[in-house]
Amino acid sequence: MLGSYRAEVLKLRKRSAVWVLFGAGLVLSLIFGYLLPYVGYATGDENPQTDGVPRGEILRGMLPERVMDNTIGGYPIFAGALALVLGAIVVGGEYTWGTLKTILTQRPGRGTVLASQFLALATMIAIWVLGIFAACALCSIGIAAAESGSMDWPGVTAILEGLAGGWLVLMMWCLAGAVLAVAFRNVALPIGLGVVWILGIETLLAGVVSSLLPDLDVVSNALPGTNAGSLVFSVTGMVAADAPPGVRDAVGGGRALLTLLAYCAIFAVLAVWTTRRRDVT
Amino acid sequence: MTPAGRRADQALTGSLDGMNETGAPLVEVTGLTKRYGDTLAVDGVDLTVLPGEVYGFLGPNGAGKTTTLRILTGLIAPTSGDVRVLGGAPGQPDVLGRTGSLIESPAFYPYLSGLDNLRLLAEYAEVPRRKVDEVLELVDLADRARDRFSTYSLGMKQRLGVAAALLKDPELVILDEPTNGLDPAGMRDMRRLIRELGSDGRTVLLSSHLLGEVQQICDRVGIINSGRMVAEHNVEELRGEQELVVRAAPRERAQSILTDFLGAGAVHQYDETLRVKVQPEKAAEVNRILVEAGIAVSELHSTERALEDVFFELTSEEKADVG
Repeated sequence: MLGSYRAEVLKLRKRSAVWVLFGAGLVLSLIFGYLLPYVGYATGDENPQTDGVPRGEILRGMLPERVMDNTIGGYPIFAGALALVLGAIVVGGEYTWGTLKTILTQRPGRGTVLASQFLALATMIAIWVLGIFAACALCSIGIAAAESGSMDWPGVTAILEGLAGGWLVLMMWCLAGAVLAVAFRNVALPIGLGVVWILGIETLLAGVVSSLLPDLDVVSNALPGTNAGSLVFSVTGMVAADAPPGVRDAVGGGRALLTLLAYCAIFAVLAVWTTRRRDVT
Repeated sequence: MTPAGRRADQALTGSLDGMNETGAPLVEVTGLTKRYGDTLAVDGVDLTVLPGEVYGFLGPNGAGKTTTLRILTGLIAPTSGDVRVLGGAPGQPDVLGRTGSLIESPAFYPYLSGLDNLRLLAEYAEVPRRKVDEVLELVDLADRARDRFSTYSLGMKQRLGVAAALLKDPELVILDEPTNGLDPAGMRDMRRLIRELGSDGRTVLLSSHLLGEVQQICDRVGIINSGRMVAEHNVEELRGEQELVVRAAPRERAQSILTDFLGAGAVHQYDETLRVKVQPEKAAEVNRILVEAGIAVSELHSTERALEDVFFELTSEEKADVG
């Protein structure tokens, strides 16, 4: 198992697409968390971007005390989509390149290979989350220093909860991408379907249910994106008005945590079960 | 008998050093069937590969060779039949750890170098990293080992595939068309490599379209056609008895002289020639006897059948039967 894990990490570490996705996630976090708000803050009250939001509030949103909001606030939607792409390209690539047959004719069993793949993805996602956190922390320090803002930080527990919650959200979407890749034995189709689901269908469903079919909120509250948004909302403690798209208090933090863990388990078991049963042609 | 043929015979009696003492088959397939919907890809195949032999697995495209080899490596599950590889079920970690394989085209990660591809396979297979350098040297790829796999020529990819198959120092090597894409020099090297594997006491199951090569390298061959095994024999047995073709005048007198010399039944007439059941090395003697008797010999050659002739005979018969 350890050998298979090391092999998977080597594959991920040397694959430029993995770092491109990580870079995109990081840059988007910085643009939406710091660059655009800072431009809005610096250009003054007259700017339409700050309409109705006091400059002091904008600054507060960029200071170290709100670093977790900016680190994981985008995870349920855009970083989640990137994580899904990551899962799809890593697992789907084995089918499109035909490398699945190469690794399955070595020593480890199919379950071990897939488990190692998921473990390696979990490791890389942890590195990704930490990287985004470090970049956001540096930005917030810079802004606090430049604007003589407060250098207060969230407590260690709050930071750890935030990082762990963010990791779980990305891991869930990554496994969703992986199971779609196993199902379709491909890369393009899982990415297309997954991204459309995250960016469009789930938001649309939630909107329709809340406005037209409120009795069906039990369905929308069970969806992965809703629970991802609820977990992020819970661990960051942000107010609803400040929350980025996809982050809302639809279900409680505890329920969201359990639902996301269940999704992770279901996706992983489905992927392993399918891989073990199916012929590799 | 070829040296390889002798090895196989020794293997049967368990006399080869370091080999399976009982001479029990390393691959034993009985009644193997694989069905995809309405298509029967493999139909009741029986196949036995003995320890230490180089076994040629032949058949036209779509005959079921690769499907059978995929079943042997655990990549696909048989619909029915009994399959034992190295005493276990195909695809078990213990069996895979003792089997090296190259199935169909070599598949590697295009963004990694050849070296990194083998390193990660070494991690999966739990073999020491030094083996990577050894096999790269063996297939003459050490100079290009740090280049990306995507930049390799077809022949280099094939050699990397063979290197990967040898990484585990396997008892059983399964090679599916290993000479595909190789230039003549590469094919010669591959032939030499496969011979060396055989003479090291390894068992090789080789699928190839190059019948001349199989004839040179293999001890036994199995021929599969339309999913069915149509022959499984020692190469020499399969090629059958050799004959001399003699065109001589007067023919009747030549036949009489040769019958006196070789015995009744050794000579028969075929078209305008005589067919003489005798080893080709006796050709000079046959010629001398006829010439000394005043017979004019205008043609004398061996009718040694190539494996290719046998292959086409068996596969075309099968097609005719099916049709």
